[in-house]
Amino acid sequence: MASRAQGHLGSDVASDAGEVVVRALGVRRSFGPATVLAGVDLSIGAGEVVALLGGSGSGKSTLLRVLAGLDPDATGEFAVPARHAVVFQEHRLLPWKRVLDNVALGVTDRAACTAALAEVGLDTRARAWPAELSGGQAQRVAFARALARSPEVLLLDEPFGALDALTRLRMQELFQRLRSHHGFAALLVTHDVDEALLLADRALVLDRGVIAADLPVDLSHPRAPDAPGFGRLRRRLLGLLGVPVPSAS
Amino acid sequence: MTLVSTPDTEVADDVAQVATPARRRRPRWQRLVSPLVILAGWEAASRAGLIGEDKLPAPSAVLRTGWRLAADGTLGAHLLDSLTRAAIGLAIGGVLALVLGSAAGLLRVADDVLDPPIQMGRMLPHLALVPLLIIWVGIGESMKITLVALGAFFPLYFNTYAGIRDIDQRLVEAARTCGLNTWQRLRHVVLPGSLPSIFLGLRLSIGAAWLSLVVGEQTNTQNGIGFLMMEAREFSQTDVVVLGLFVYALLGLLSDVLIRTLERRTLGWRQGLKAT
Repeated sequence: MASRAQGHLGSDVASDAGEVVVRALGVRRSFGPATVLAGVDLSIGAGEVVALLGGSGSGKSTLLRVLAGLDPDATGEFAVPARHAVVFQEHRLLPWKRVLDNVALGVTDRAACTAALAEVGLDTRARAWPAELSGGQAQRVAFARALARSPEVLLLDEPFGALDALTRLRMQELFQRLRSHHGFAALLVTHDVDEALLLADRALVLDRGVIAADLPVDLSHPRAPDAPGFGRLRRRLLGLLGVPVPSAS
Repeated sequence: MTLVSTPDTEVADDVAQVATPARRRRPRWQRLVSPLVILAGWEAASRAGLIGEDKLPAPSAVLRTGWRLAADGTLGAHLLDSLTRAAIGLAIGGVLALVLGSAAGLLRVADDVLDPPIQMGRMLPHLALVPLLIIWVGIGESMKITLVALGAFFPLYFNTYAGIRDIDQRLVEAARTCGLNTWQRLRHVVLPGSLPSIFLGLRLSIGAAWLSLVVGEQTNTQNGIGFLMMEAREFSQTDVVVLGLFVYALLGLLSDVLIRTLERRTLGWRQGLKAT
């Protein structure tokens, strides 16, 4: 059975790579006869952004839901700090609460909520209903809701997946700004290799229920798809995902 | 990217903000024309002698009768009796419906235990239960109240149940990731999420309650609007019978307006939804 120790992991688990905030050991999850996660090992350091890539149906979202504590049927060991927040692909704002009240859901510090809303540039829309926002704005509110609980780690399930291409670029920029300001760690589930290479310090590839590859993204900031080294990593990741791309040279 | 702001939203200088013209009010008075024409036609036909006074008195005659009965206190007393019956029955049936509907909607055990018999009970036309109710609870006040409670129970039960079941599980999940415990999730997600459905159920329930009241009050009653009508029929006072019908109709209309006003106040967020 699952044994879980939720809560802040102190310096006793600190490794030479720095403090570890998220750790998973042998996480398994089956749906009937289909085993989706067959013993996943994973660790995320403090302030580290880890991208989780994988083909459709590879179990990326399943793993994230396990770590978010939303899947009682998973087995294995995992530890996630109590101060964590989740952003889903859809904004999942409560339609019957105004924007600020959505951000303040479960948070007592209203000032922090207003501040978080200001950080995503929507403080002027605090009194609006979610239905009055555009898709990008709603997703920004979802990020503000996550920020308002000053998380040590953000669990992001394809947070930019449902947005149009231009909005997605703006959101990725916003994410980098928030990250440099708050220094949270993040697990970013995505199917977008470019997004992983733009935002993450490390990319994991989930294949056949296990972490099949662990690839450091050693590109300097600010990153751009046309920067040197980007294409090489991109080809490598796509190859690991089973989509080989011929080299340009 | 289109943004629509309701009038109560503080419109800010957001770049994406698109100013919308205030929603134009549809001229409501147009909807009053046809009822007024029908009333005028009825009045004219009565005065011209086309409709017999004993079959259907003119609206003005009904109004005069209403005024007379209101002035001597008869109408008020009977109205109060009817209202009391409706209120007690509605309260009993409504509270039961809310409690059982929430239980069946939220708990699997309660669903398995409660829902099958209630589904079976719904198939019985509750107005046909009058003979049985008379045997069970007698012919007095309890029979009328039971009938109203039964009528009010079913619509509210089913809509409460459906309202809870229709809540988007993803929202409940999101609330969980925000650290809300079970009670907080009930308060912030389940209750507001099922409220539109509950309001619909309430409106249907009130309609059913009036209907049950009409039927109940026509069986061995000493007071109430129904009694007023039955007594008038024996003396061939058609104007009083029609007056009773008017009063019933007015009660139904008023209660519906009341609930709809309450609904608009409570479910303001849906206005925003409609505006987009």
